[in-house]
Amino acid sequence: MNLAASDNYIEIRNLRFSRGDRVIYDDINLDIPRGKVTAIMGPSGTGKTTLLKLIGGQLCPDRGAIIVDGENIPELSRSELFNARSKMGMLFQSGALFTDLTVFDNVAFPLRVHTKLSEVMIRDLVLMKLHAVGLRGARGLMPNELSGGMARRVALARAIALDPKIVMYDEPFTGQDPIAMGVLVQLIRLINDALGLTSIVVSHDVQEAASIADYIYIVANARVIGQGAPQELMRSQSPMVQQFMQGMPDGPVPFHFPVQNYQDDLLGDLS
Amino acid sequence: MISFFRRLGQTGLSILEVFGRSGLILVQSLIVWPSIRGGVPLLIQQLYSIGVLSLVIVVVSGLFIGMVLGLQGYTILVAYGSESAIGQMVALTLVRELGPVVTGLLFAGRAGSALAAEIGLMKATEQLSGMEMIGVDPLHRIVAPRLLAGFISLPLLAMIFSAVGVWGGYLVGVDWLGVYEGSYWGNMQDAVSFSDDVVNGIIKSVVFGFVVSWIAVFQGYDCMPTSEGIGQATTKTVVYSSLAVLGVDFILTAVMFGSF
Repeated sequence: MNLAASDNYIEIRNLRFSRGDRVIYDDINLDIPRGKVTAIMGPSGTGKTTLLKLIGGQLCPDRGAIIVDGENIPELSRSELFNARSKMGMLFQSGALFTDLTVFDNVAFPLRVHTKLSEVMIRDLVLMKLHAVGLRGARGLMPNELSGGMARRVALARAIALDPKIVMYDEPFTGQDPIAMGVLVQLIRLINDALGLTSIVVSHDVQEAASIADYIYIVANARVIGQGAPQELMRSQSPMVQQFMQGMPDGPVPFHFPVQNYQDDLLGDLS
Repeated sequence: MISFFRRLGQTGLSILEVFGRSGLILVQSLIVWPSIRGGVPLLIQQLYSIGVLSLVIVVVSGLFIGMVLGLQGYTILVAYGSESAIGQMVALTLVRELGPVVTGLLFAGRAGSALAAEIGLMKATEQLSGMEMIGVDPLHRIVAPRLLAGFISLPLLAMIFSAVGVWGGYLVGVDWLGVYEGSYWGNMQDAVSFSDDVVNGIIKSVVFGFVVSWIAVFQGYDCMPTSEGIGQATTKTVVYSSLAVLGVDFILTAVMFGSF
């Protein structure tokens, strides 16, 4: 089978990952279609960010394959991995801007280390990327002078600086005011379509994610509990999917963290 | 009893693991030194923030320690009428021991803690992960220049410390207490051997520079990415590197000057 020609940019097969005794993913399968915006949703603490780190090769799975554009990430050598990462852009939840560099130098950073372009060319490219996120005027600011929404837009400009094939967004909407959120939603869609990217958005904001995603995976209890286009999921009969999409406090996804019986815990022997 | 051995084994294994991880970080960050174009400006920047900015504390401490040595030496030696030997006493104490050791301790407190906190905060704010995802190895970009800057700065700082200390001893001994200037310098020149004393002192400071910077970058790189973790990393850096400097100093002294 020719993996590179497949319609899926990323194929995850039988992935198992655990931290200590806690199983984060138990034999999951996921496909990220090429050129689309795919949302990965689920309650907090189910390891959605972990999934992005697995795709980026920052964590190594217990077993299973993570095939990104034909390359199995866990099997790559260190230098091949760094090479593969230059085709990925990742937007961290905190932005992860380098605090000792200006906005301009942050966006120029990947260009300077991975290309041998002249400074004039780098300047043009950086200004183009900053213009795309509407922050060409903020080029001289330091990251601590930016608001949360602006920092994420700068991080987005940096993530697309090398024209990656895929951009991964880790909780892009968390803690944003409605205007900043609207801007980000629009930018993610626009940049995906204009640059012909593949995008993965990890989020637990149902409305926002449903409004931009072409396809949604819902992850909970170490498994994929539902998948499909946003409309299909809204109409899904599965109680777990319904609980998540409607935001109900209790249901098949339990309110309680795994714990022993309440009565035993209160009356039990303290020793 | 069995649980005691189990705990002992677990502790032993975790200590070995720490040594293994720190060794890997050291090897991986130094094995590929990036291109001259990218590397040298980063190194110069770190030499400034680690070395040049530690200069004030090193010079001031060196001056005062030299002055105290001069004063103490005089009060002891004057009883035997040999206060003219104060020059060699000050110089030997500084060059062999106090120069490298005190500079190592000051360096651990001033630069080591800053290094650990800086790298730890970069980890906590995902800057290190971000750099990895851009395809740049933070071990090469962040850790290696800081390690090398530490190796280079500490020996230089220790030399400056000793030189300023000798001058401090001169101020107290000669200018204040009236020891004959010619015997201060002359005895010093006779007693201090370049190949034994000065070179051994420099070797000590090179080793301390290596140990302190290694501990600092490892603690920062390996810390828990929380505010508590960064606090622990800086504390551990200062405690471990101070103990390491003192312990290694004893071993080196025994090897260098112990053959009677």
